[in-house]
Amino acid sequence: MAKQNNSHTVHEPLMQVSKRKSMEWYKSWLVRIAAVVIALVICGFVINFLTGLDPISVYKEMFEGNFGTERRFWIMLKELAMLLCVSLAVTPAFKMRFWNIGAEGQSLAGALACAACMIYLGNKLPQGLLILVMVVSSVLVGLVWAVIPAFFKAKFNTNETLFTLMMNYIATQLVSFCIVFWENPKNSNTVGIINSDSMMGWLPSLGGQKYALCVLVVAVLTVAMYIYLRYSKQGYEISVVGESQNTARYVGINVKKVIIRTMAISGALCGIAGFLIVSGVDHTITTTTIGGLGFTAIMVSWLAKFNPVIMVLTSFIIVFLECGASQIATAFDFNHSVADILTGIILFFIIGSEFFVNYQIKIHKRHKEA
Amino acid sequence: MKKLLAMLLSLVMVLSFAACSGEKATNGSDDAAKDAASDFKVGFIFLHDENSTYDKNFIDAALAAADSMGLSDDQIMFKKNIDESSACYDAAADLADAGCDLVFADSFGHEDFMIQAAKEYPDVIFCHATGTKAHTEKLDNFYNAFASIYEGRYLAGVAAGLKINDMIANGQFTADKAKMGYVGAYPYAEVKSGLTSFFLGARSVCPTVTMDVKYTNSWFDIAAEKETANALIADGCILISQHADSEGAPKACEEAGVPNVAYNLDTREWGPNTALVSSKINWQPYFEHIIDAAMNGTKIEQDFCKGLADDVVQIIGLNDAVAAPGTAEKLEEVKAQLISGEIKVFDTATFTVDGKTLDSYEADVDSDENFESDTQVVSDGYFHESEYRSAPYFDIDIDGITTK
Repeated sequence: MAKQNNSHTVHEPLMQVSKRKSMEWYKSWLVRIAAVVIALVICGFVINFLTGLDPISVYKEMFEGNFGTERRFWIMLKELAMLLCVSLAVTPAFKMRFWNIGAEGQSLAGALACAACMIYLGNKLPQGLLILVMVVSSVLVGLVWAVIPAFFKAKFNTNETLFTLMMNYIATQLVSFCIVFWENPKNSNTVGIINSDSMMGWLPSLGGQKYALCVLVVAVLTVAMYIYLRYSKQGYEISVVGESQNTARYVGINVKKVIIRTMAISGALCGIAGFLIVSGVDHTITTTTIGGLGFTAIMVSWLAKFNPVIMVLTSFIIVFLECGASQIATAFDFNHSVADILTGIILFFIIGSEFFVNYQIKIHKRHKEA
Repeated sequence: MKKLLAMLLSLVMVLSFAACSGEKATNGSDDAAKDAASDFKVGFIFLHDENSTYDKNFIDAALAAADSMGLSDDQIMFKKNIDESSACYDAAADLADAGCDLVFADSFGHEDFMIQAAKEYPDVIFCHATGTKAHTEKLDNFYNAFASIYEGRYLAGVAAGLKINDMIANGQFTADKAKMGYVGAYPYAEVKSGLTSFFLGARSVCPTVTMDVKYTNSWFDIAAEKETANALIADGCILISQHADSEGAPKACEEAGVPNVAYNLDTREWGPNTALVSSKINWQPYFEHIIDAAMNGTKIEQDFCKGLADDVVQIIGLNDAVAAPGTAEKLEEVKAQLISGEIKVFDTATFTVDGKTLDSYEADVDSDENFESDTQVVSDGYFHESEYRSAPYFDIDIDGITTK
């Protein structure tokens, strides 16, 4: 960073980076918007260089991929809801500085429990009761999957990053194992749509939109999580533990209890995400049912600085880029990698803009040459 | 200064959005102006992209069919990298929304989601390769397709058997050491049918040959396929074939100098010194059939299944540098016999199961939740593969093949 100014005998750094005290909200948003715009301009050059296409028409297709038809709009909303749900789940843990990278496994375990209920109880329980049983079992399994590493962290101070990561692998293997019993037809390694004729255990559509209920559930959860973190005593305890465990102990917070309780909430929410994906969207289970949401969610949560309302925006950006990317791949017959490159550039600038929001750069004026 | 720049840039963005919405309007009226004949559209859904040999085979055929049927670029739509999840339903419905009259999907796990879309869009035709449910779902707009690829595998097996005979004659190993290796994806009927017909083809010319099979439990896993091929070679296999979609096994064979028989792709590029021959499903005739039928409102076969006689199953990439002398002539001869029916691939006189001849076999042709066997498929002295539905159902372990 500190490039020396050679033209003068007094050695003074050309640039100086220092942390900002604060930045007015509108200024910080101007920086972020500028970052997006610069990213779009650079992507434009990349598009033109790689494909010879007019970047405006590519951006237009990206927009079309999200808002082009009513269906695409709902698909975008559904994707947004699913990503947001997992992001809400990881947020309390990260705010507590508990590095839970196991949301993928916790959601998958919840999804597995949900699928098991649909398969084994599908023709035994009435629809309403079945869905209730599915919710409860998904939540419980997700919760247990998260509490196990939390318990070991609280009791024995084990490394939660490795622990939650390993729990992901266990969940994936468990799903592979169950698929052996559920696959249809035999040895095909696919479960197929569960209860495709009876639709037992399928979330009902709302106003003719099959994803509307999922979106509604996640909207309610978003508000609830905002209130919980911001206004509840437990939410405050989470921030204190996150800032300093010693301070927390000093003021009489039971840190172990907070860790376990917070991870239980994280896991339960992951369980809900798993339930929504299986019951509301996919109606089947594979090892890739969660599809990496558990990891993308971490980025969504951090970019929003753990604010659930801002997370709506950050997850929208990511979903917009993804839906747009597949649309441009179809419209221009791009290789999917081109779309991924564009997404990468845009995310790089968005994440990079946070540096300029948090730090200021002072450029020293050159002294006059002798 | 910075503020000014930021505002300027945001203005540019707003303007570009405005420009977008303007263009959209003109585009819409263009579509409406098109006449009915060129209004026909077909959409394709692929599991991966060109990097998978499986999908590349479909993509190439789709492009060739569109070309031969005179479809323009904006009459065909491709959706690649579509998972076997609700993403497939979303893609199929989106293609239907975009005005496609015909939607095709290429992967086994897409089937349920295609059926879901077919029920919702009765006016759009949905076709699916490798699926099993068209004949039981009985929808008017959902069709399955496959090919009698066992004929091609059998021919590839003949080429492999000739090569082994050649290697025995050259003194590379004795006849009792003639063991082939097979890298399979899953122990699923489609794979078992393929590996058994390959084995029977080889044994028809080299009576002492046996075969070891190992499964990777994935349709596409470059590392696992390479590892599995290496393990089979280390175990004494002197020729390798595979039913998996990557370059893993062919490359392992080239490194070890072991002949390889491929599937769906001419692999001479990866193995100039070891690639022997490849059997392939040519989907172009099928695509032409469904495009033609959808355009003219004629009937589509519910369970399309054709083979060597209709050029749907092909033998490609016969490598003269590797193959035994006279292979091409022998393949022509056997091909003619397969087409005429003189040779049946699953002739029950040519194999045994647990030491006994197979007199009868009830296969699970109609998919149901309990996997109940429902159809007698052995009669007239042979196993009737792909006759009661297009997707293979030969899932028997025959003597001479060992699963590791």
